[in-house]
Amino acid sequence: MSALEEKPLPIIPRTGPATAPNHDDDPFGRTGSGSGRGSRAGGRRRSPGRSRGPGRGPGWLIYGCLAAVILGGMFPLWWSILIGSHDSTILSRDSFPLIPGGNFFSNAAAVIDTVPFWRATMNSVIVSTVTAVSVVFFSTLAGYAFAKLRFKGAVPLLVFVIATMAIPTQLGVVPLYQVMARLGWTGELQAVIVPGLVTAFGVFWMTQYLRQAIPDELIEAATVDGCSMIRTFWHVAMPAAKPAAAMLFLFTFVLNWTNFFWPFIVLGPQNPTLPVALQQLQAAHFVDYSLVLAGATMATVPLLILFIFTGRQLVSGIMQGAVKQ
Amino acid sequence: MSAPAAHAPVTTARSGGSAPEPRSGRRKPNVSFRHRVSAWDRRYSPYLYISPFFILFAVVGLFPLIYTAWVATHDWDLIMGQGEFIGTENFMAVLGERAFWISLRNTLSIFILSSAPQVVFAILIAYLLDYNLRAKTFWRMGVLIPYVVTPVAVALIFSNLFGDRFGLVNSILETVGIDAIGWHSGTLPSHLAIATMVNFRWTGYNALIFLAAMQAVPRDLYEAAELDGAGKVRQFISVTIPNLRPTIIFVIITSTIGGLQIFDEPRMFDQYGRGGTDGQWQTMTMYLYELGWTRSDFGQASAVAVLLFLLIVAIGLVNFIITRRISSSEVKR
Repeated sequence: MSALEEKPLPIIPRTGPATAPNHDDDPFGRTGSGSGRGSRAGGRRRSPGRSRGPGRGPGWLIYGCLAAVILGGMFPLWWSILIGSHDSTILSRDSFPLIPGGNFFSNAAAVIDTVPFWRATMNSVIVSTVTAVSVVFFSTLAGYAFAKLRFKGAVPLLVFVIATMAIPTQLGVVPLYQVMARLGWTGELQAVIVPGLVTAFGVFWMTQYLRQAIPDELIEAATVDGCSMIRTFWHVAMPAAKPAAAMLFLFTFVLNWTNFFWPFIVLGPQNPTLPVALQQLQAAHFVDYSLVLAGATMATVPLLILFIFTGRQLVSGIMQGAVKQ
Repeated sequence: MSAPAAHAPVTTARSGGSAPEPRSGRRKPNVSFRHRVSAWDRRYSPYLYISPFFILFAVVGLFPLIYTAWVATHDWDLIMGQGEFIGTENFMAVLGERAFWISLRNTLSIFILSSAPQVVFAILIAYLLDYNLRAKTFWRMGVLIPYVVTPVAVALIFSNLFGDRFGLVNSILETVGIDAIGWHSGTLPSHLAIATMVNFRWTGYNALIFLAAMQAVPRDLYEAAELDGAGKVRQFISVTIPNLRPTIIFVIITSTIGGLQIFDEPRMFDQYGRGGTDGQWQTMTMYLYELGWTRSDFGQASAVAVLLFLLIVAIGLVNFIITRRISSSEVKR
């Protein structure tokens, strides 16, 4: 901390503790942070439900409605498990099943026999992880430059980045496919990975966050100490970026895991990602719904498990950024 | 890299960066070299840091998009490659096909059926979540679950639920005494089923965006309304909704860009993926795919891409103008 102690005056009065890279803080400057833990702290937070007086929670009707919404959202998944664990005749019987049957594993084995399921899972893991790591790194780098470094053209360039988010780049799919074919990348994972290595959303997201997460004085101090630019980035910006980087990682991971259009076009049946494998499964076994839905369940479960552990971050990410990808 | 890391980097920076300083002070040429390097470093590093995005965007975003217009004005063959310049011939061919107009109708219909109810339900769910709930994070995570399900899986599940013969929805309808609906044969029914899939996946996500906006509404606005004798419903209509307007517009604009390019859900609604026997639910992106990768005509596929691009821009402009109208009329009041 000696670098800070050398010039304490400009740091403390100007920025105050609010701009310190604090995990429980809300660097996006929104009042509605998603983290349920901290939501009682600070007088600026409010919600209309509290107008009946603090300490009195909402009635059971509100909880009932919300529970109905959530159960409604889970029902299709439950249905998928239900049908996926019976055999193909289940739908033509008189009554629908209410509890899962014992056929899930034989269905799963049939799924693995029909499509390259393990390969698809591996591919999805590789594509989602590599793109998420890369997006986080390059977005943090660019976001740091936009938020904290002064250079000519910074403002118009940032405006350009934001404007590109409104451009439907998916419509350039024909030339992009031609480029991939020319490179000999069709059917190869890099054809899916490379276009997703860095996103405008990621750059914008990290710029917004880092602007308030790093005190300018910390960078100045590092520069005065003779730190090179990249060292300053690595030791000051990267640690400060952690909370926003984690959210960006999750969003990018989910986005690439669920992506279908481009992988479907550019990857062949030999080397699919999970959604592409599901399409093959459907094409091969449409009538056997229990098999198809067993496959749908198998493709969904990994992300549901990830969601149980990281859903909290996703929620606060959506609420802080309030930006749809 | 967590909490202690905030202290560590500065210490490292000092020991690493300032220690060689006095040594280099003795050797003069080294100083000027070091100075020059550090000046370059400071001057050009920012451009280096932002360059990955711009390079990648130029190569995989901008170039393909511009080149699409080139492809659309040339004769293409999957084997022979680029042919001669044929001007607007591809556009004329596409515009002359009935399938194009059907896909345009389907795209707009599915888009409206999915965006309007989605916004309404998302606001209602956000309103519920805005109460002073116990275990807030639990409820918020709960409404977000559908977001992590891949649209392909969503489509598989819902095309089963909406099955024409053995589907759950039709069985329920029949028990209630309504005739079974041909979800996979009718036009509007198929649009409804596909819109349901989109709504299923995105309503909770948008609810959280609206929730964030609701929590930012100044508290005293509600107090003032309450003093004026406004009840809960009145407060919701006169205070909450107007304050949500920018967020509503934001959600609609972002869903326009994605919604008009919809592909996954309609593609997976049956096993043939051609949008029904008569293209009842073939969207423009599906039509683009069919032209390019089934009929191997990249020229016409690109023409559809250009037309879809113009449609998205046009609807974006309409959105923009309406937004301006609303905000300027608000100033007048």
